[in-house]
Amino acid sequence: MRIRLEKRLTPSRFMQIATPVASVLLTMLLGAIIFQLIGFDGPNAIFQTFITPIVAPYKWVDVLTKAAPLIIIALGLSLGNQAKIWNIGAEGQYIIGALTGAGVAYSAPSAPGFAAIPLMIAAGIAGGMAWAAVPAFLKTRFRVSEVLSTLMLVYVALQVLNYMVDVPWKDPNGHNFPQTAPLTPAQSLPQVLPGTVIPPGFVVAIVLTLLFWLLTTRSVYGFSVRTVGAAPEAARYGGFDASRTIWSTLMISGAMAGLAGVIEVMSQLRLINLGFPSGYGFTAIIVSFLGRLHPVGVFLAGLILAVTYVGGQVAQTAVHVPEATAGIFQATMLFFILASDILVRYRVRVIRDAPRVQPAEAVA
Amino acid sequence: MLTFIIDALVTVVGVTTPILLAATGELVVEKSGVLNLGVEGMMLVGAVTGFAIALTYGDSLGALAPWLGVVCAALAGAASSMLFAALVLTLGSNQVATGLALTIFGIGLSSLIGSGYVGTIIPAFDSLFPDSLAGDPLWRVIFGYSPLVYFALIMIFAVGWFLNRTRAGLILRAIGENDISAHSIGYPVIPIRYAAIAFGGAMAGIGGCYFSMVMTPMWAEQMTAGRGWIALALVVFSGWRAGRLLAGAYFFGVLMTLELYAKASGFSFLPSQFWAAMPYLMAVVVLAVISSRGVAGSEAPACLGRPFLPSS
Repeated sequence: MRIRLEKRLTPSRFMQIATPVASVLLTMLLGAIIFQLIGFDGPNAIFQTFITPIVAPYKWVDVLTKAAPLIIIALGLSLGNQAKIWNIGAEGQYIIGALTGAGVAYSAPSAPGFAAIPLMIAAGIAGGMAWAAVPAFLKTRFRVSEVLSTLMLVYVALQVLNYMVDVPWKDPNGHNFPQTAPLTPAQSLPQVLPGTVIPPGFVVAIVLTLLFWLLTTRSVYGFSVRTVGAAPEAARYGGFDASRTIWSTLMISGAMAGLAGVIEVMSQLRLINLGFPSGYGFTAIIVSFLGRLHPVGVFLAGLILAVTYVGGQVAQTAVHVPEATAGIFQATMLFFILASDILVRYRVRVIRDAPRVQPAEAVA
Repeated sequence: MLTFIIDALVTVVGVTTPILLAATGELVVEKSGVLNLGVEGMMLVGAVTGFAIALTYGDSLGALAPWLGVVCAALAGAASSMLFAALVLTLGSNQVATGLALTIFGIGLSSLIGSGYVGTIIPAFDSLFPDSLAGDPLWRVIFGYSPLVYFALIMIFAVGWFLNRTRAGLILRAIGENDISAHSIGYPVIPIRYAAIAFGGAMAGIGGCYFSMVMTPMWAEQMTAGRGWIALALVVFSGWRAGRLLAGAYFFGVLMTLELYAKASGFSFLPSQFWAAMPYLMAVVVLAVISSRGVAGSEAPACLGRPFLPSS
């Protein structure tokens, strides 16, 4: 008896939906076992991490707040990933977006809200795009792998942030802490849905999910991106320009990361300090894959990853698991989803050994 | 002045060693046609393992404890790389995403293991040579280093020799250039790639433990601070050649030393953050120069990053 893989002609729809769900469930199971083995209350750790944030209404705002940047960034990344353009430096574009957005606020401190808010958002988007333009230029002009260039620029962005909060934008009333002055109410995002506590970023995430759904499933552009990723030769033959795909996907993912950054600074922290870069740009990569690069999937995956963030903190206080736990769960989920990818593209057949033909006869 | 030069040289060698170790391993991995972006994660796993072992057995084993720490760091790095290998080789998963997952996993796992060790200090894994040489103001430039420094130098020469002068190295390169042909003439593509990835993991683990056992003999979360990514850039920079890898490692070592000196002097016409960003900026610049020029013999292995699933 042996196991054989047969390539499917078309990816399995069932598996595309079943494997992310199975990955989350397997992560929970494996997590419970491992935590039990290393001396924690395993089932309770899993319950606190994955279930408490969903069943406890007072955690919902936290979950939506964390989900918003993850979804917004991952929507952009998914587009590039479909074309096999790997922007793994969204964290850097997120940081620069927040800085350029806040920069508008600091250079025009008394501008009224109706002018300041749109300008800040535009500057944030432009900042993220500018940071992603460097890898796009290097890839199209010099064939530099975007995997490394996008990532290197994260570390550069971190140093830019360290410098800005330490020298030019340091809050004079901040007791010498490396942080900027707080944004005024006119420079902060208002509640989009009055009377609710739904964070403004989450509303943006919903709208963008719909837009990206239209873009990927209902536009020629979305088709061209998928073709470049799946069959570069066919794409070239069909007249889809590879450079244009590189530029457009990196610009869109940079714009999304920059937007997420400026929204975060305008609606959550309302200032920039050394703790501002929180790794959303990296976690969004997991969101993108867990959501199988599909906008609706990304939306749901963003919520799940946000649950693990919030739940990680719950488990930390309730079961005393270390803070790093959430990161391990997130990585395990990504491992499972990548491992199960084979089920989408291949059919697993178990074959019973037929009576063996003698090699000599086979040749004859 | 001489003291200053010798100090600077010793610092350069020190900061170069971990990226040289990790890049030497990754060179072999990439030569076999696999791109493992998990270097940073494997380094962290090695860093925390080496530290934990050296600390735990420091009393009972004495001078042997750091050696055991290095061996365990190598084993831990290799073990974590097997997660990556199983996914990309056996299950044919995407190498970019899987490598990233390994880095995220390594960051989380090392923080989890290391949470009890933060703030503890161990004796540095220092020179083997007698103090008359290792402490000599002049001769320490040759004798004053941790054994890992010499190990890194030996390994890059050994790997260069292995890849270019041995039959096994030729087979490994053949697999990286054309896995389907190598498979069809009977070379075990998948097992050899497993071995290459394990070697890369072990070297990254040793490179990581250099941070926690030699450089700052203590554990801190994410203490490798992106050096694993520099190691990856270094392999591209080298054009996948051992000789240039060594030269490139020292070039980055000089840049990182400039950062340390700029910070320490407190007197610099440019902000210290500029120097901290410098190695990464330079990595981008040299990637552009190397990738555009297409220097002879510096092409990437043809199968780099491509999944290989022999239809059984």
